[in-house]
Amino acid sequence: MVEQKLKVTLLSGRTIEQGVGKEKGKSSNEYFDACSMCYMDGEDMKKIGVKSNTNILVSTDEGSVVLKAVKYPRAPTPGLIYIPYGPWANAICSSKTTSIGMPTFKGTPAEVEAAPDSKVLTMAELLKSEFGR
Amino acid sequence: MSIVKSVTCPICGCLCDDIELTVENNEVVKVKNGCAICESKFIGYRGHHRILTPMMRKEGKLVPVSMDQAVHAAAEVLANANYPILYGWSSTSSEAQRVGVELTEEVGGIMDNTAVVCHGPSILGVQEVGIPTCTLGQIRHRADLIIYWGCDPWSAHPRHLERYTSFTEGRFEQSQWKAYMQKLKAQAGQKKVESATARIDAVRTPKPQTCTVSGMPQTMHSDGRKLIVVDVRKTMSAEMADYFIQVEPNKDYELMQTLRVLVGDGEVDVEKVAGVPVEYLKEVADALVNCEFGVIFFGMGLTQSAGKFRNIEIAIQLVRDLNSKTKFVIMPMRGHFNVTGANVVSAWQSGYPYGVDFSLGYPRYNPGETTCMDVLIRDELDASLVIAADPGSNFPKKAVENMVKHPLIVIDPHMNATSMLGDIVFPSAFVGIEVGGTAYRMDHVPLPLKKVVEPPKGVFSDEEILTRILKEVKMIKAKKAAKKAEA
Repeated sequence: MVEQKLKVTLLSGRTIEQGVGKEKGKSSNEYFDACSMCYMDGEDMKKIGVKSNTNILVSTDEGSVVLKAVKYPRAPTPGLIYIPYGPWANAICSSKTTSIGMPTFKGTPAEVEAAPDSKVLTMAELLKSEFGR
Repeated sequence: MSIVKSVTCPICGCLCDDIELTVENNEVVKVKNGCAICESKFIGYRGHHRILTPMMRKEGKLVPVSMDQAVHAAAEVLANANYPILYGWSSTSSEAQRVGVELTEEVGGIMDNTAVVCHGPSILGVQEVGIPTCTLGQIRHRADLIIYWGCDPWSAHPRHLERYTSFTEGRFEQSQWKAYMQKLKAQAGQKKVESATARIDAVRTPKPQTCTVSGMPQTMHSDGRKLIVVDVRKTMSAEMADYFIQVEPNKDYELMQTLRVLVGDGEVDVEKVAGVPVEYLKEVADALVNCEFGVIFFGMGLTQSAGKFRNIEIAIQLVRDLNSKTKFVIMPMRGHFNVTGANVVSAWQSGYPYGVDFSLGYPRYNPGETTCMDVLIRDELDASLVIAADPGSNFPKKAVENMVKHPLIVIDPHMNATSMLGDIVFPSAFVGIEVGGTAYRMDHVPLPLKKVVEPPKGVFSDEEILTRILKEVKMIKAKKAAKKAEA
């Protein structure tokens, strides 16, 4: 049975594609492709009724962002989603620093739902929508 | 066409200094010895995202201005601010960082570097309990047990294994590259057999879809360097490892504390810790104690998860315990190529490595109060200068929202998220490509960065831009003081 929303733990971090994209240029297609996606567990994707390259909406207490879901290729990661560092991940990462300066970029509770008809915003569109510039 | 040898790569904390560049008509056209990210930077740095002229925001849009106009406007913002943040500093030279400290002191602001969102907690952990460490050269020649905990060098430091750990030929320890290739061949063969068997049976047995942690393989007991990876998910580095330990998210502290107990010959009366059976952890503890020279490299998996600096503190204490039985060291995997330099320069100039507050006229350091992330989230700033970093991409939304409420000065070669949000934007030369300098490797070894091509006309180094802003700030303040004296 397809669930509407799935509770997961959000991790953000590095990928080699994100590294190559950021050095090529943050307005490059490589950076957009590398950072506006979200790795998910294959079984979790079935639970919300999405396949690889379908758009999803990821929400936390900080906000929501539309990303492209991609099945994590190496091993099952049930209950975990992984978004490469970038403005898309930071639209929803926790800003709580626990009074030491470091936000909680890993281990934030999140919800995922299918959003096949929503568009993944480009970096310029995302910044405009968030900060009006 | 000329070939420049022994170039230091200005990307990550590995600072690989064996890069060979082919330069033609003042452009890098070929990169030898570098990783994929290195090649992307040396070939891609001159792309369409490059900023070539100073810009200022007028009627909502960034428009080109002269260098003098931009310097004067930036100096006015900083000289008139009560509590500006001067943030970044990790992708520039230590020479520029030094000018940055002077500028921050002059304007009475906060100087913070990208350590605040990467290894700031590591610094806090080190300040609690010290750090037993060494240089990467020692690890290369002597380490027989390598542990990567909460980091994926294959993604973030692609040549770390090749230059400093498992896949390098040391004086006393050999490269495990051939053994790894044999393992890959064996795995490929096994997959073929499994696939053929499934076809014959005509019924494919579904693979278990749960996280499984298996016991230590027999190969861990053979001779030669061994590699253990501890992570919450199976990364490419984990696939290369002799043994992979999958820890549950936010439970690294428990796992390390358990290892401390086991290393100290204590008993653990539960079956699993952080998702890992204790019987396997006993084998890991034996491997740690029985190595001759072990090293733990750790990354954001520890510093950004629950526990943060306490994770580092306990990791260092585990290493300290191990040193009563064998030789063990620990090292953070530093990200930006000169974030270590940013900490070193800040510490030697002000006494503190990051989050330094000069607002009272002398340096203060109180993480949580004087760190820029907290100042941003509490919206206490009234201006900011960002150099050699991209908080627009890498800070949480709430922090960036407050940053753009106030005047934002950006110094960067790229048109990145922060440049797009900036009010005054300076183009700068690429450090390590268009301008030389000094950078500190992750093990605190300073290395020279080379200038291999000329920067575009009218584009200056970070050091020069900062020096000009500093000079202008001093002039504005002197004029103000003179006016006040007259009144």
